Amino acid sequence: MSSESNVQEGKAQKIQAKEIEVQDEKFTVSASPHIRCNESISKIMWNVNLALAPAAIFSIFYFGFPALINMVVGAVSAVVCEYLVQKFRKKKITAFDGSAFLTGLLLSMSVSPSLPPYMVAIGSFVAIVIAKQSMGGLGYNIFNPAHIARAALMVSWPVAMTTWTKLTNSFVISSATLSVDAVSGPTPLNILKQQGYAKLIETFGSNTAMYKAMFLGTRNGSMGETSTILLMLGGVYLLYRGYIKWQIPVCMIGTVGILTWIFGPTGLFTGDPLFHMMAGGLILGAFFMATDMVTIPITTKGQIIFAVGAGMITVLIRLQGGYPEGVCYSILLMNAITPLIDRLVKPKNFGARG
Amino acid sequence: MLKSFLGGIHPKGSKAYTVDKAIEIPTLPSQVVIPMSQHIGAPCTPIVKVGDKVKKGQVIANSEAFMHSPVHASISGDVIKIAEMPHASKVNCLSIVIKNDGLDEWVEGIPLHREWDKLEAQEIRDIVKDAGIVGLGGATFPTHIKLSPNKEVDIFIVNAAECEPYLTADYRMMLEYTERIVTGVKIAMKVLGVSKGFIGIEDNKPEAVKVMKESFKGTSVEVVSLPTKYPQGGEKMLIKALVNREVPTGGLPMDVGVVVQNIGTTVAICDAVVSGIPLIERIVTVSGDAIKEPKNLLLRIGSTFKDAVDYCGGFNKIAEKIISGGPMMGFAQFTLDVPIIKGTSGILALGSDVVNSGEESPCIRCGRCVEACPMGLVPSMLSILGERHKYQEAKEQYSLFNCIECGSCVYTCPAKRNIVQYIKQLKAQNLAQSAKK
Repeated sequence: MSSESNVQEGKAQKIQAKEIEVQDEKFTVSASPHIRCNESISKIMWNVNLALAPAAIFSIFYFGFPALINMVVGAVSAVVCEYLVQKFRKKKITAFDGSAFLTGLLLSMSVSPSLPPYMVAIGSFVAIVIAKQSMGGLGYNIFNPAHIARAALMVSWPVAMTTWTKLTNSFVISSATLSVDAVSGPTPLNILKQQGYAKLIETFGSNTAMYKAMFLGTRNGSMGETSTILLMLGGVYLLYRGYIKWQIPVCMIGTVGILTWIFGPTGLFTGDPLFHMMAGGLILGAFFMATDMVTIPITTKGQIIFAVGAGMITVLIRLQGGYPEGVCYSILLMNAITPLIDRLVKPKNFGARG
Repeated sequence: MLKSFLGGIHPKGSKAYTVDKAIEIPTLPSQVVIPMSQHIGAPCTPIVKVGDKVKKGQVIANSEAFMHSPVHASISGDVIKIAEMPHASKVNCLSIVIKNDGLDEWVEGIPLHREWDKLEAQEIRDIVKDAGIVGLGGATFPTHIKLSPNKEVDIFIVNAAECEPYLTADYRMMLEYTERIVTGVKIAMKVLGVSKGFIGIEDNKPEAVKVMKESFKGTSVEVVSLPTKYPQGGEKMLIKALVNREVPTGGLPMDVGVVVQNIGTTVAICDAVVSGIPLIERIVTVSGDAIKEPKNLLLRIGSTFKDAVDYCGGFNKIAEKIISGGPMMGFAQFTLDVPIIKGTSGILALGSDVVNSGEESPCIRCGRCVEACPMGLVPSMLSILGERHKYQEAKEQYSLFNCIECGSCVYTCPAKRNIVQYIKQLKAQNLAQSAKK
């Protein structure tokens, strides 16, 4: 009896000793490689948010306090929605990785500054809960969540979505811009669609004045889309960081420019490509939506196809469709065929390049 | 213009730890553990038994298989154990344990001196085979087989890229073993009957480029400085960069008329052919932030990682990972009791902040892996197929078996996905499937 317990005791001691030995040199074992770059999803996402900051800040000064409210509501409600969904589904909480924030911010920036904040919040809900989380969360969504939300708002509240705040036509902050302005005015693309090119120039005074306004952002439109220069500044930052490829914005904007120049209002090659390239949500869309890595093809070649396709659909809608602007739908349509593009366009294997 | 290949990454070199450390020869260990499998191909069978006395350089294991390389005793002493022991790239492997008798005596007939230029090609191949030489870059392909191509070959390439971070063994050899390298290269070119040779060195080693250029002045061997980009030392990438030939899918370098050898292998060839010395030692870089005094060591095959780490002053902090080889393609070890084998180019001890990989999350399709892949694959898709065990689709539609497991995709992935692990698993699933048939 006692010898048995002695043996057992001995065994226990041995096991203990072994455990200590193992403790002594406890090394992690995993497949190679053993070092990684210091990029992360949240780093990328917050950098994209940072790249949007110049245009976002400008819109607050330009469209006033309501712009700020809508941006905060959009971003915060998106994060809250993501947090609640993940909590409810007992998934890992990634609501603060910047991607939900980005979706909410992009949504608010791609709608009119005069849209009631609760509509923006509903948009964020649609974007996060329906377009993103119901697909499986970040990485699995097929469509750009912000654009899905924008499309949903468009069919739900078409009037509110196409009512634009009247501008003060100046860059200076005036008391008027700090309150909700009830007077509404059309966007340049609206004028073009309904009243023609001549009226458009007349509204701005001259061609040069129009280009200047479009470039700086002192024009009517969705609150984050107006300033070509500041959006491009953010885009260049993303290019510099290597988070987007130049091929996408260049091909999309270039396609719009070329096609609108060819199919001009008074015959072939009479269009105004410069206006079209800076109008509507094209700059915002080309730099920040058509580059949303989750919903676009993975190869550069595929991305070029995507960008050219989106540019073509944008022009088709602008020139022939019922809506004045088509960036949102063009990107959504190209999102839909992205899996197909990825299936067909693959990089050439080393050893098969000939 | 600098020559290179498509794709690749730029990890931090981390070579400063040992780049200026001359090769040191530590005291001999009290015993060595010599595994029977130190090469690609059939493992050897012991031809000594417990109790036998063996001498340095004596063949202690061999095989009848075509693809094999004999194993030699690396110290003189007594065989005290023949058993399954831990191994750096397998879990366990049959190994012969030799207790050091402190005499360090050569087996009879070694070393000797040969006039290598009077030898026939086949004689040299046999010497290389009997000396147990395998590729020292890490892949450990038996060298005598590589020196017997069954296709027309016109170019010999020496791989001195040493693109893995931390490793400096090849670099030190170029500075310190220069003459043996020159002889080894000449011998290899004679065996292959080629007149043109290249030595590819990454441009982060200008000193080595200079030394090699001087040493090969007036020969038909061209020393080329290549842009520092991982995996420049990948055989296929190196051939592409140096001679702009692309090894076809599933093919070998000899399919494009090239034979590639690691620079360390040329030293081993020289030693075997000129002095009759078999492969019983190699240069190992012992480095990493957790090593007290990182060094380049000349170690006998069968010394354990522990011997090497102890000689380098042990750890100066908690080592999270011990790696055999480089940080990109090396094998993580669970114990320091594994022996150094012919393919061990480095022993790395890395702290948690270096190897902290972060938590894996779903692929966000950013495409960085596609850009980085030197083989033109879609690693992200392979990782997704890996998660779903779709090994057939991976093989048929995403060229699974083209993957060289260089790890560039994993390095660059912001979602911290373990793509190489998925790929290894998919390959194993395919092999299991075809074995079933």
